[in-house]
Amino acid sequence: MARYIIRRLLQMVVTFIGTTFVVYALMFANQNDPLQALAGDRPVSDNVRQVLTEQYHLDDPFLVQYAYYMKGLLTGDLGRTLTGRPIGDVMADAWPNTIKLALLALFFAALFGIGAGLVAGLRRGTVFDNTTLALTLVVVGLPIIVLAPIAQLVFGVKLGWFPTTAGARPDLYGLILPALVLGAASTATILRLTRTSVAENVRADYVRTARAKGLAVRRVVSVHVLRNSLIPVITLIGVDLGNLMAGAIVTEGVFNIPGVGSKLLLGIQTEDGPLVVGFVSVLVIVFLVTNLLVDLLYAVLDPRIRYE
Amino acid sequence: MTYQQYPHPTHGYPASGESQTAPVVAGWGDDRSASWDTPTAAWTTAPSRARVERPTSGEHLLDVRDLRVEFDTRDGVARVVNGISFHVDPGETLAILGESGSGKSVTAQAVLGILDTPPAVVRGGQVLYGGEDLLTMAPERRRQVRGQEIAMVFQDALSALNPVYPVGWQITEALRSRRGIAKADAKRRAVELMDLVRIPAAAQRVDDYPHQFSGGMRQRVMIAMALAMRPKLLIADEPTTALDVTVQAQIMDLLATLRAELEMALILITHDLGVVADVADRITVMYAGRVVEQADVHTLYGAPAHPYTRGLLASVPRLERRGQGLHSISGTPPNPIAIPQGCAFHPRCPYAQQMCRITEPTLLRIGRLDRASACHFPPEALDARHA
Repeated sequence: MARYIIRRLLQMVVTFIGTTFVVYALMFANQNDPLQALAGDRPVSDNVRQVLTEQYHLDDPFLVQYAYYMKGLLTGDLGRTLTGRPIGDVMADAWPNTIKLALLALFFAALFGIGAGLVAGLRRGTVFDNTTLALTLVVVGLPIIVLAPIAQLVFGVKLGWFPTTAGARPDLYGLILPALVLGAASTATILRLTRTSVAENVRADYVRTARAKGLAVRRVVSVHVLRNSLIPVITLIGVDLGNLMAGAIVTEGVFNIPGVGSKLLLGIQTEDGPLVVGFVSVLVIVFLVTNLLVDLLYAVLDPRIRYE
Repeated sequence: MTYQQYPHPTHGYPASGESQTAPVVAGWGDDRSASWDTPTAAWTTAPSRARVERPTSGEHLLDVRDLRVEFDTRDGVARVVNGISFHVDPGETLAILGESGSGKSVTAQAVLGILDTPPAVVRGGQVLYGGEDLLTMAPERRRQVRGQEIAMVFQDALSALNPVYPVGWQITEALRSRRGIAKADAKRRAVELMDLVRIPAAAQRVDDYPHQFSGGMRQRVMIAMALAMRPKLLIADEPTTALDVTVQAQIMDLLATLRAELEMALILITHDLGVVADVADRITVMYAGRVVEQADVHTLYGAPAHPYTRGLLASVPRLERRGQGLHSISGTPPNPIAIPQGCAFHPRCPYAQQMCRITEPTLLRIGRLDRASACHFPPEALDARHA
């Protein structure tokens, strides 16, 4: 087990360097004149240009620039945005909002997805099963850019159940509607996977054995059917967590949540290289770590899987 | 309710070539005195046992009468069990014999009440346990009977055990959840049960998972699990089919020994005539969801009174007929959706006559009390005529 974790961590280092390199290259190498991008329409004097060139190592070859950046990154210095704000501060503001949003979305997705999936899987072919199937198809078919404004209009403006926007310091209540919207697609996929998995396991021989022992139906379902059915679902949830954090751009935009997604969007629009690379680097780490945790959890849930 | 005491596993067993019994001792520490039959919490605090009356004298332990089970399939109604009747007395071993698809397993599952409904539907009949009909009993009461009074050992132990829980946990699950015994007690009980079915080094293996055991050991785990609640009737559904021949013999020996020690009745479902000869008291032969012959084991082997039984016996390979081809019954078992009119066996029967194609034979007693055959022309009569 320990050897497996160490090997995975080493692989993560390689993946991390590779990803940041690609993102860094895309953000910086293609810019004609980053200083002009910084200054906007105003002319840049030669003096200023020289100072900034040195500050950002623009004269050095690309690889050296990347090395400087990585050195800063590894020593905890994420650099500054083009507007001069330390990127570390921007992140400290943005990440808590996104983490709250993503975890809340995941909570709703797991709650509704597993709950409804279990019922649908146990009662295949019933009205409930068919209704959830139709609903999940609708949710999967609607892109979030459509779903988010509709939800905002219906539940925020018309019905007034939730605040329409979350605001600069969003509270948990304000995040419920965005989380439901963000988690909608995950809910649908978790529901479908749980249903299939339950439908398969409920006919398994070991479930028959459990019934032959005279166990109560509730125990047969929760201890034998659900436990085994959740193994693939947990994997999906783990992968989704990364997606939810990275993919909140539209949701955060619509509900005006100052999180990672909206900052990333801002950085891309203003060609703010350091900001984009900084956020993406952290996202990469989040992704890698959640995936490692899911793989380890998989071995805990299924004793047949053992990592050497 | 008291249990008959029986010998401690480490002294009492006939050491009939079971070399595996020796290492069992290794698993026992200082708590050797706490043997399986010591009355501890699990057995003494058992008031939740369903109050099914003991069979009064003359009554059978299990009496199945005219049981019918159908499956609604896309192609039509499959009549899998068509009026099966048989009975088991306390302490007796009944073998139910038949080809794949003859309805043996479905019968067993219908008795236990674990058929998947739908698609299966019990259409009629009675399953009397201690004089009470399990089929009309309230579901909750029937659940109490399952595992506690009647337990079952399934065919493929690898898929019949839950892959994600340790074997010890699974063996005592019913004890913990139904009798509420403590975790530590349960673990000790699991080790005792694993010793009882002669799993070597039980104490070390109690926390292992099913996939870490060999096929024979997994089947022993299944048996230990079925015995955990000390049922009065054990149904073993092809317990040796997935095993190789030497292990088959060990498992059959084990079942026979345990049946005697625990004074259970045993229903042994199998398609293998060789397996039942040494173990069974009586045999019920099934074909196409019907009983075609019932007899005690010696009568059946000596003078089969149904052409199907005769065919089955002839197809058992024998040493003295070495070099000759293997006999087989021509044709295939009928499709349960379209069972032939008349005697279901007539298309494959060498003695079939016009009457067999039209009229379904009933199970009629021949000679002795407990012997019956469903054939218009029982081979004995046939032989007499041709002689």
